[in-house]
Amino acid sequence: MARTAVSGRLIWRAATVAEARWESPTARTLVLDVPDWPGHLPGQHVDVRLTAEDGYSAQRSYSIASAWPEPGGKVELTVQRLDDGEVSPYLTDTVQVGDQVELRGPVGGWFVWRDKQPAPVLLLGGGSGVVPLMAMVRARALARTKQPFRLIYSVRTPEDLLYADELRRRVRDDAGLDVHYVYTRKTPDNWPSPPKRIDVAALNTYGWPPDFAPDCFVCGPTTFVETAADILVALGHDPRRIRTERFGGTS
Amino acid sequence: MTAPGDRAAALDGNAMAGDLREIFAVDVTSARFMCAGCTHTDAVATLMLWHQAPGLVARCPNCDDVVMRVVRAPDRVYLDLRGSVRLEVPLEGS
Amino acid sequence: MGIISRGFGGRRRESVPGLPPGQYLTHDFPVLSAGPTPRIPLDRWRFTVTTETGDQKSWNWTEFQALPADDVTVDIHCVTKWSKLGTTWRGVSLDTLLADVESAADYTMVHSFGGYTTNVPMEDLLDGKAWVAYKFDGEDLEPEHGGPARLLIPHLYFWKSAKWVNGVQLMTEDDPGFWEAAGYHMYGDPWREQRYQGD
Repeated sequence: MARTAVSGRLIWRAATVAEARWESPTARTLVLDVPDWPGHLPGQHVDVRLTAEDGYSAQRSYSIASAWPEPGGKVELTVQRLDDGEVSPYLTDTVQVGDQVELRGPVGGWFVWRDKQPAPVLLLGGGSGVVPLMAMVRARALARTKQPFRLIYSVRTPEDLLYADELRRRVRDDAGLDVHYVYTRKTPDNWPSPPKRIDVAALNTYGWPPDFAPDCFVCGPTTFVETAADILVALGHDPRRIRTERFGGTS
Repeated sequence: MTAPGDRAAALDGNAMAGDLREIFAVDVTSARFMCAGCTHTDAVATLMLWHQAPGLVARCPNCDDVVMRVVRAPDRVYLDLRGSVRLEVPLEGS
Repeated sequence: MGIISRGFGGRRRESVPGLPPGQYLTHDFPVLSAGPTPRIPLDRWRFTVTTETGDQKSWNWTEFQALPADDVTVDIHCVTKWSKLGTTWRGVSLDTLLADVESAADYTMVHSFGGYTTNVPMEDLLDGKAWVAYKFDGEDLEPEHGGPARLLIPHLYFWKSAKWVNGVQLMTEDDPGFWEAAGYHMYGDPWREQRYQGD
């Protein structure tokens, strides 16, 4: 698996949008049919290339949201619309089922969780930085492995939550998965605390103690990643077990 | 002399994976660099990436020095590594 | 060309006659940066000309502001394919800054706060072709666009118009700067589409 995911010549493939669904008012999941997809590891990403009629093209990197093997052989990307963006508004608002984009990958072998890693896992996601972490949650369920996972997911408002229903279901059904939400602008009604950013208290209460030596994956905008990683180190987590991916501003 | 908002690159070395994988047989973002400026060492994935430029500019997260530059011409890729004194590349399957 | 993504237009761009080959017209002013934006307090700003023998001549901000300045309206062409027409700037001509400098150098390296460099032949800096500009569109030049002052050398691709410029080093032999060392053209004439080495 690991081998197929990272070997072979990297080529652009035509991907066809098989299905699309909104995850939030501004984020959409594209389910892509990619012929001869070699498989991927959770945390890997793809480059997407769009070409206009006149030959102009633009390319961006997106994390893969789905786990592999997927029964239908599909690959899912969840794209957050950035209003001044060039590529993301096309992928969220314009592209339709049946349309094609070019895709190459999977790429990236560092921000990756392998189901053979025995350690407990701490996932810290900010905004759409939850996407590659969701791939890890899904891959764990698919592989039926037992490493306990904790996800701390920071979003602005309840409306911005991606995968809300699926996470609720998985917390119920996937033994050993816990999810805690941090709301930075607006909380749900009756939430026990006012809006706040991710902090020491949240990581102390809902993360793993450093003694458990968890593998930590932190993904989100730069400020989120730096804050969360700094707190982890301050709490005594081994920096070598903290992997980060800055995910902000890909327009 | 930099304001907080300008200090931070929006992306990191993870986003270089495709462009590097196009020219190397292994995933270079998993390799460890050693910064020529400050000898800081970490995964290429952790470099701060400035992508809104004529090329990709990857800077050391410790000292901000340029570690790698990638320039794509239509028919070739230029990779400037003078900011890295060493790359340590893990081999698959070993 | 790859497959066409139906309905994808990309950034608004116009191909208009009169632009250098391969360029599109833009009406905004894209910010390109290769690193953190330096914020240079004016009381720490200096511009220094260094000759091939090591002689230096420099100006602080007050001295620099006292120099005669030109108002110029020029077209600019970025190697990332956007062009912007009729931009207005105010700046000090390099003719003024190099006027009393004793040198036989044919080449220069332009230096910036933050470490950026770009090489420009001496003759391209002279005869009303280049300025150290500190106003854009009537306003103080924003840090994102290179303020307090940037080089403005509109007849070459815009990466030569170094932001946050702080000096010119005169050289008897050509030497590549930041982008030139990484594959971009040593000269960079947009009309001859000299984007990359070998173009």
